[in-house]
Amino acid sequence: MLKYFSRRLISALLLLFFVIFVTFTLFMAVPADPARLSCGKTCSEETRMRIRHAMEIDLPIQEQYLRFVKGIFVGRTYNKESVEPRKCDAPCLGFSFRSDEDVTQTLLRRAPVTFSLALGASIIWLFGGVLLGMASALRRGKFIDKAVQSFALFFSSLQIYLIGWVVSLYLVIKHHILPTPTYVSPFDSVTAWASGMLLPWLTLAFISMAGYARLTRAGMIETLSEDFIRTARSNGLTKTRVQFRHGLRAAITPIVTIFGLDLGGLLGGAVITESTFGLKGIGTLSLEAVYELDLPLIIGTVIFGAFFIIMANLIVDMLYAALDPKVRISK
Amino acid sequence: MSSFLEVKDLSVRFPVESGVVHAVNGISFNLESGKSLGIVGESGSGKSVTSLAIMGLLKESSAQISGSIFLDGQELVTASERDMQKIRSTKISMIFQDSLAALNPYFRIGKQIAEVYQAHNKVSKADAKNRAIEMLDRVGIPNAAKRFSDYPHQFSGGMRQRAMIAMALVCNPKLLIADEPTTALDVTVQSQILELLKDIQKEFATSIIFITHDIGVISEFADDVLVMYAGRAVEKGSVVSVLTKPQHPYSWSLLSSIPDLNSHVTKFHSISGMPPSMLELSKGCAFEPRCDFKSHVAGGRCAMELPDLHSLAESQTQQSRCFLSNSDREELLVPRQFLDK
Repeated sequence: MLKYFSRRLISALLLLFFVIFVTFTLFMAVPADPARLSCGKTCSEETRMRIRHAMEIDLPIQEQYLRFVKGIFVGRTYNKESVEPRKCDAPCLGFSFRSDEDVTQTLLRRAPVTFSLALGASIIWLFGGVLLGMASALRRGKFIDKAVQSFALFFSSLQIYLIGWVVSLYLVIKHHILPTPTYVSPFDSVTAWASGMLLPWLTLAFISMAGYARLTRAGMIETLSEDFIRTARSNGLTKTRVQFRHGLRAAITPIVTIFGLDLGGLLGGAVITESTFGLKGIGTLSLEAVYELDLPLIIGTVIFGAFFIIMANLIVDMLYAALDPKVRISK
Repeated sequence: MSSFLEVKDLSVRFPVESGVVHAVNGISFNLESGKSLGIVGESGSGKSVTSLAIMGLLKESSAQISGSIFLDGQELVTASERDMQKIRSTKISMIFQDSLAALNPYFRIGKQIAEVYQAHNKVSKADAKNRAIEMLDRVGIPNAAKRFSDYPHQFSGGMRQRAMIAMALVCNPKLLIADEPTTALDVTVQSQILELLKDIQKEFATSIIFITHDIGVISEFADDVLVMYAGRAVEKGSVVSVLTKPQHPYSWSLLSSIPDLNSHVTKFHSISGMPPSMLELSKGCAFEPRCDFKSHVAGGRCAMELPDLHSLAESQTQQSRCFLSNSDREELLVPRQFLDK
């Protein structure tokens, strides 16, 4: 188990290095001079050179890369020899061209919004989806099955910006049924946090729930036809026990896998959902960064997102080993 | 002595899109307490469906069951699912062919056994665990207390089948249905499992229904035999009489298909043709299209009329479903190698 874990961890780290390398290379490939971008319209050659030096982009490219990687893992100090060195703690992703703010700090400031959105929505869709899928599988061909299937088809065909706006228009603006989506820190007020996030949660959850309902349904139907289900029944176990303990246990494994990956992707920023509801999370941050060609911020959001996707993969691998005894033993 | 299990005129039909599958058509048999019955027949002859019907494991939505199944005086065909849940495992248990698929891969073997015990007895977790270990030990799992925590894939095929037997017997059922329990095992393990079943039958006084397509296994195991073809009993009687003096052409063919170790045959006997479609019941004998002896019955009667399952003159216990006259049978009775066995 430990061997399995360390092997996964090493490959995750390698992958992260690779992503950093690619992101940095792309950054360098952009035909824009960061110094010009940051020094405004009236920019003398002298100022430009000074900014280049301050950003340490006048160094040879390999030196820049080494410092960048070093910054991420141990931190770095810009212009060490000058009168005003600028310290940047690990994980250092540099400073924004526009606001001059530490990119890591910006990300951390915006992250709670994205995390709240992702966690809340994913919990709703996981439980909702699995329950609907179970109900559907256990009443196969009956009314509830057809209802769930139509529901799933309907919601999975919709796009978040469409229902997001329609729901906002009718339930928030016209009829005041739901509160306006805003982010309030749960540490200030849990109720304000939950009610502010309710609409984005539900919208995002309903769209993803459809897929989970279908996946659960298919998995349950397959599992219920397995021999071990027949054995459980032949042993006189109750229906609920057979279906939930023996059935769901087997059907849940692939769902957990996909859930981990979906959640990981979402933690890196839900661009469309966040911008639909005007939430200031990582997703909207990356949009802003792109609009403003704020390269350090773009790199920051990309690495941030990649980090969560890689972590999610790692966790899913671990969970898989915990969930499937065959994986657990053989590795 | 009244029978412990009485199956009367049991029929099972599955309505499907293209018609109705007549899986079992009027099977009747009795089983006395502590005895064993072997049911033989090829795939699709209705052996497994019969046993699933006894267990009440056929889906009400897809299977139409008629006739009656009396267990200890209780009618099972009309019993509610709730009643059946109580009967399963405490009165009837079943072991299946493919033990790897039949055990839940996600739970430890011991836990699966303990779960069954706990479902039917008000006992603590620790007691259930002890009971499971005791049963694992009883069926010959070495180091049972340690192997309790193994998962099914960590057991060998033979051990898994032993664990299945332990699980089936954990609540002391009166009847054990073994649906081809040795088919997936190699020959040495197969005989070990058969020995185990024999021992257990003696020890627990369990009645056993042994379903197989291997007549050799039956000869070792059962008191009585029921030969099934196309959902009907074509022959039944005591093991000795059916195996030494089979009366139905299908039984003859089955027995002739067993290769003889002592002779140098290069070609095995096989029954020509295919089993009939169960979608349409023929008017006559279902075996008629494949029967080598139908010409001995006058006027093509075999294809027109279904013979009764009737007792034979010399033996009251053996019954056969064939129009051949007794004298014809005597004449046709092919010398067969199995007679020496």
